[in-house]
Amino acid sequence: MNIERQVLRRTETSAEEIVVNFGPQHPSTHGVINFVTQTTGEIIRRSVPDVGYLHRGLEKIGELVPYPGYMPFTDRIDYLAAMFANEGYALAVERLLSVEAPPRARYIRAIAGELCRISNHFISIGTMATDIGAATPLTHALRERESVNDLLEELCGARLTFNCHRIGGVAYDLPAGWGDKVLRFLDHLDSYVQEFDRLISFNKIYVKRLANVGVITRAQAIDYGLVGPNLRGSGVKWDVRRDLPYGAYPDFEFDIPVGTGRFGTVGDCWDRYYVRVQEMLESSKIIRQALAKLPEGEIMAKVPRKLKPEAGEAVGRVESARGEMLYYVVSDGSEKAHRLRVRTGSFMAMAIIEELSHGIMVADLIAIIASLDVVAPEIDR
Amino acid sequence: VRITLGLDSTSLTRRYPKLAILATLFMAFALPAGLYLAALAIFPLNTPERIDATVDALAAWCGRLVGADWQVHLAGSPYRYLVYTLFLLLVAFIAVNYAAVFGGASTWVERRVAGRMQSRIGPNRTGAAGFLAWVADAVKMVLKEDTIPASADQLLFRAAPYFSMVGLLLPFVVLPFGESTVVTDMNVGVFYAAATSAFVVVGILVSGWASNSKWALFGGIRGAAQVLSYEIPAGIAMMVPVLMAGTLSMQGIVRAQGGWPWEWFVFRNPAAFVAFFIAVTSSLAEGNRTPFDLPEAESELVAGYHAEYSGFRLAIFLMVEWANMWIMAGLAVTLFLGGWQVPQFVAEDYARLFGTGLPPSLGWFLLQVASMLIFIIKTWALVFVFIWLRWTLPRVRVDQLMSVCWKYLVPGAFLCFIVTLLWQMLVPPVGMDYTGYALTLFALLVLGKFLVDTRRNIAKVKGHRVDLSNW
Repeated sequence: MNIERQVLRRTETSAEEIVVNFGPQHPSTHGVINFVTQTTGEIIRRSVPDVGYLHRGLEKIGELVPYPGYMPFTDRIDYLAAMFANEGYALAVERLLSVEAPPRARYIRAIAGELCRISNHFISIGTMATDIGAATPLTHALRERESVNDLLEELCGARLTFNCHRIGGVAYDLPAGWGDKVLRFLDHLDSYVQEFDRLISFNKIYVKRLANVGVITRAQAIDYGLVGPNLRGSGVKWDVRRDLPYGAYPDFEFDIPVGTGRFGTVGDCWDRYYVRVQEMLESSKIIRQALAKLPEGEIMAKVPRKLKPEAGEAVGRVESARGEMLYYVVSDGSEKAHRLRVRTGSFMAMAIIEELSHGIMVADLIAIIASLDVVAPEIDR
Repeated sequence: VRITLGLDSTSLTRRYPKLAILATLFMAFALPAGLYLAALAIFPLNTPERIDATVDALAAWCGRLVGADWQVHLAGSPYRYLVYTLFLLLVAFIAVNYAAVFGGASTWVERRVAGRMQSRIGPNRTGAAGFLAWVADAVKMVLKEDTIPASADQLLFRAAPYFSMVGLLLPFVVLPFGESTVVTDMNVGVFYAAATSAFVVVGILVSGWASNSKWALFGGIRGAAQVLSYEIPAGIAMMVPVLMAGTLSMQGIVRAQGGWPWEWFVFRNPAAFVAFFIAVTSSLAEGNRTPFDLPEAESELVAGYHAEYSGFRLAIFLMVEWANMWIMAGLAVTLFLGGWQVPQFVAEDYARLFGTGLPPSLGWFLLQVASMLIFIIKTWALVFVFIWLRWTLPRVRVDQLMSVCWKYLVPGAFLCFIVTLLWQMLVPPVGMDYTGYALTLFALLVLGKFLVDTRRNIAKVKGHRVDLSNW
């Protein structure tokens, strides 16, 4: 399918206009995505995302391997926030089996998940700064992310593709002394976020580049099905952790940061960016509470070795770092899923780019893509 | 402290590790120092009369060595222009090499500074402290294949880097390194420097067009719009010191200033203080440095105008980019920050120490070295600020770039120009002296505030310190 030609066919073009392929290989498309962009120079007329370059048939694989065997594959759906991909799948299959993870496992999932959210948001805000042209914040963010990765490596042995959760619980209990290390890191994180704010968040040029750019109104955000920080950036207070609570989240007190239009309009790029910065602090709150209230006990529920759920369907919804991640699993009574569907935040975010792209500048397109925090494998699966 | 030395792949330096230190010291100090000394030896002779006298004296001296009586009168010789041309080529050789060495060495400085700012180490493998990395980079660049896209405009694609290089090298003609160390002191020096440095944008525009790539074209067009716009505030801001000195000659402007900070033009007039920042901002934009690096904005245009270049031609573009920092900083230092002026030494001292006839006295040479050192230190300090800005600030957008230029810098520069006119007419010299003291004090206070803030910010995040163990 030649989307470039399609774009040209759908709109009349003039001699001044050119069509540029922003991608698939481009430093700031955050993966292998192509933005077919019709432009008269600096002003973009429209930009159409062309997705699918990273399609690996992950949903089909879910129908070809037994239920527990699919867990490592979920890591590959979103490699920057793999904990949530694990958790969503585990939740869906647990509902299919009518089992529930024991309380300690639920707490460990919450702790690991929120650490993973911090790690993901570090990447997100760092690459955002890089896309705006500031090279330094990314390396600082990556340095801090290394500490999170060290903690997660200690927990489950992996730094990126964790394969940490199991259907019915988690694979590993917390190592001895790990909680104190996490608390030390969180103390550092709280002061570090302030440092990061001084470094870039309130930088005059940075704010000027992001405020009033790529404004997604409340209605637009809901219409396009945006989720997670992208939705909350537009002022919609929706968070699966609070509104459709799962796991251990009903036990925790935390705020849901939303965009306030502090420097411009509600729903601009800066709002989406800053929601992520604030979410890191909220995650820190959740982890502190979870470590304080961590119950003793089993980390795995009693599940049979061979999983054969009764015929039926189940949905697992988790609040991933990129917003609501939904697993829909249909069972036909065999040990493999009959149908598996994953609905991800990045894919939902791609649709709105064309709507936002009318009349913006080339640099704004980069800012919008960065502020939506898309990850190519999560779009294409 | 154990210094890890690089060049491990070559058995020579593995067997004799001191070779790496020697090579580093040579490249870092002996080579630039040699270039400076060569400039000091050659540049002051660069007038027909002095060349005549030198050649005559040299011939007589050589004749005495072989016991013959050689008498040359170059002034009356038909070959005199041949000698002058050879002399100019020698001068050009020194200047071009200086540009290349500075361009290379500044990439190392930039990478090390960036490393520190980004809490990493930076290159530290090749040569002591990684200094030879830029030599290795240059060698790599030269050895790489020079690819030219099939659909590119062959002639223009090949020619574009040289336009940029010409734009880099021509301003070196009037940029004074020291009291006597200038290729030639044109009476239109400022005008000449502003005009020739704009050649760089011809290279950017031509390369953007000739590459026949959309990214390169974006970069080229952006570069043209940006550099041409910022020429205006830069040019008007540069007129402020011209008004204050009453001459366009670079040396004349430096001589109108003094060695102490309160004698620099930047502090002698509030308008010049503002004009200094306008000039530096504009020259950042002209040199495509962050926050104005739009023509090669990596996150937007991949590599911008040099996206299609490789090998030696890319090396030229990169050399121009970095060596241009010397021109930018050197111009600002010359026009606003007192140039090479040594505190407490006035023009008569130079004349007195020069004595009569050639060669001049040792004291004169020492004073020259001091004046060059002062210029070099000031310029490097400003280059450091440029590097520092680059790794701190995000990039502005095209429309913001233009509105900064046309809405703020151009009117601001005009205002500075007019205020300077009135200032020169209405304020007596003693008033300028007091302004100098006051503004110097103000600058010191700002600097002090900055240092206090920095200390406080560092104290806030515990554990951040300069770690010199892994240099």
